[in-house]
Amino acid sequence: MKFIIKILKDFPAYLWSGWGSIASIFLFIALWDMGNQLYGDLVLPSPLETFNTLWMMLHDEEVLYEINITLYRAAMGFGLSLLLGSVLGLLAGFFATASMMSRPIVTILVGMPPIAWIVLAMIWFGMGDDTVIFTVVVASFPIIFVGALQGTRTLDGDLNEMAKSFNLPWHMKFVDIYFPHIFSYIFPSWVSGLGMAWKIVVMAELLATSDGIGASLAVARSQLDTPTALALVVIMIGSLMFIEYIILEPLKREVELWRS
Amino acid sequence: MEKLEVKGLNHHFGFTEILRDINFTLEKGSVLSIVGPSGGGKTTLLHLCAHLLDVEEGEVKNSFESSSFAFQDARLLPWKNVIDNIALGLLADGVKKSEAIERSRTIALTFGLEESDFEKFPKDLSGGMRQRVSFARALVVKPSLLFLDEPFSALDIGLKKELQSVLIEMIAKKEISILFITHDLMEAIRLSDEILLLKADPGHIVKKFSYTLPQSERDDKYVYGESAKILQDAEIIDTFELELR
Ligand SMILES: Nc1ncnc2c1ncn2[C@@H]1O[C@H](COP(=O)(O)OP(=O)(O)O)[C@@H](O)[C@H]1O
Ligand SMILES: [Mg+2]
Repeated sequence: MKFIIKILKDFPAYLWSGWGSIASIFLFIALWDMGNQLYGDLVLPSPLETFNTLWMMLHDEEVLYEINITLYRAAMGFGLSLLLGSVLGLLAGFFATASMMSRPIVTILVGMPPIAWIVLAMIWFGMGDDTVIFTVVVASFPIIFVGALQGTRTLDGDLNEMAKSFNLPWHMKFVDIYFPHIFSYIFPSWVSGLGMAWKIVVMAELLATSDGIGASLAVARSQLDTPTALALVVIMIGSLMFIEYIILEPLKREVELWRS
Repeated sequence: MEKLEVKGLNHHFGFTEILRDINFTLEKGSVLSIVGPSGGGKTTLLHLCAHLLDVEEGEVKNSFESSSFAFQDARLLPWKNVIDNIALGLLADGVKKSEAIERSRTIALTFGLEESDFEKFPKDLSGGMRQRVSFARALVVKPSLLFLDEPFSALDIGLKKELQSVLIEMIAKKEISILFITHDLMEAIRLSDEILLLKADPGHIVKKFSYTLPQSERDDKYVYGESAKILQDAEIIDTFELELR
């Protein structure tokens, strides 16, 4: 509770420090507008038109329904990755053999392009939720797995010895010695995993489903409806930035105050 | 009667023999120092006595009610502030949180830390301050046996004396027994009832010195005098490889 209050208290200062980023966003929008004046509305609609379209779309039941579907798939996929990645990563980290054996598997998972997974998943699961969720899991699970694994592998033996010398009970050992260290590795991996999930979900939808933001993007493309396509992109980027800068980053700052 | 008894203790790391046939007894209320050159196996011996390392050959019998350890490096939790670090051992003993914090604050002040340091994380402390926090963490639990592994080495002279006088006060009241490790002979002479000389390769005990004058009555003159005496000793010269000119 004290912790949440501290986050809220530091929040205005954090926002204030964001002026630079906001300025750079405006600069980007200005360049975008210049591009529009150079290449015309069909290739690159103006920011104003895009945001107008966006505004209308956000009041359209059907569009909201599509967004919901995508959110559901991303949440399922990311949730599964988070759970599996964290638990298996921790387990693998605690056993030297398991961590050695998991390395090549992780390399395969990380190295294989997501597009190949989508094709395989379409063959295995057909068109629909399962294919998308599977692809999301395959893409973001290894990131989280590696984070948890490294967090566990790098636990400090000296601190463990210190804990032993004070006869720390197991729950204190976990909360005070292991958890903060592991968390400092696993939390950033959750953040990257989430970003990955959000990107992959749209790509998988575009190729493998008839609903969701990705599918809407495919429809916009086939109708050459550039404003709608751009508005969809803005939704994706906007939501990612919101989650990253408004929710996760302030949290991370508080959690890692102790780091030099 | 509480005591620590070490009998026929040998230790190896891999194929390297580190300690050979160590024997000694530490009685309740007394201070036993082990001095020797760096790399001689002192830390290893202390870890064996505190059961932080598994005893392979020989015996370590510890009948003290409670013990705590101040490590050579401070070993603070980087994610906890000064007070929470000191309170760790108290909380492990099941002391109530508010009381643990209160006692930690009191001892922190005794050990020359300031109120403004209490909320700092270890990364923002100097080496000497970290050592003080580590020392406070070991003493706040009021152990009946204290293991000290060169806890004063990173401190400047003034503070070193201050912390030593805290110990001397506790020794005078018979509140504590100490197994003390150092490579500083004067420090050992100031604090100990008995000094064991540990010679390296492999670590074995070559000589024993006893001091009966109560610690609280040992002034600088006494310490310098005894140091000068002991530095004439052939075994000491040999162990520390002192060059005489
Ligand atoms: N965990 C370990 N594994 C292998 N060798 C070690 C280990 N710890 C210490 N040693 C070796 O044991 C010897 C004695 O070390 P130590 O007990 O730290 O000496 P001191 O505290 O007297 O300086 C050194 O040569 C050191 O390299
Ligand atoms: Mg040592």
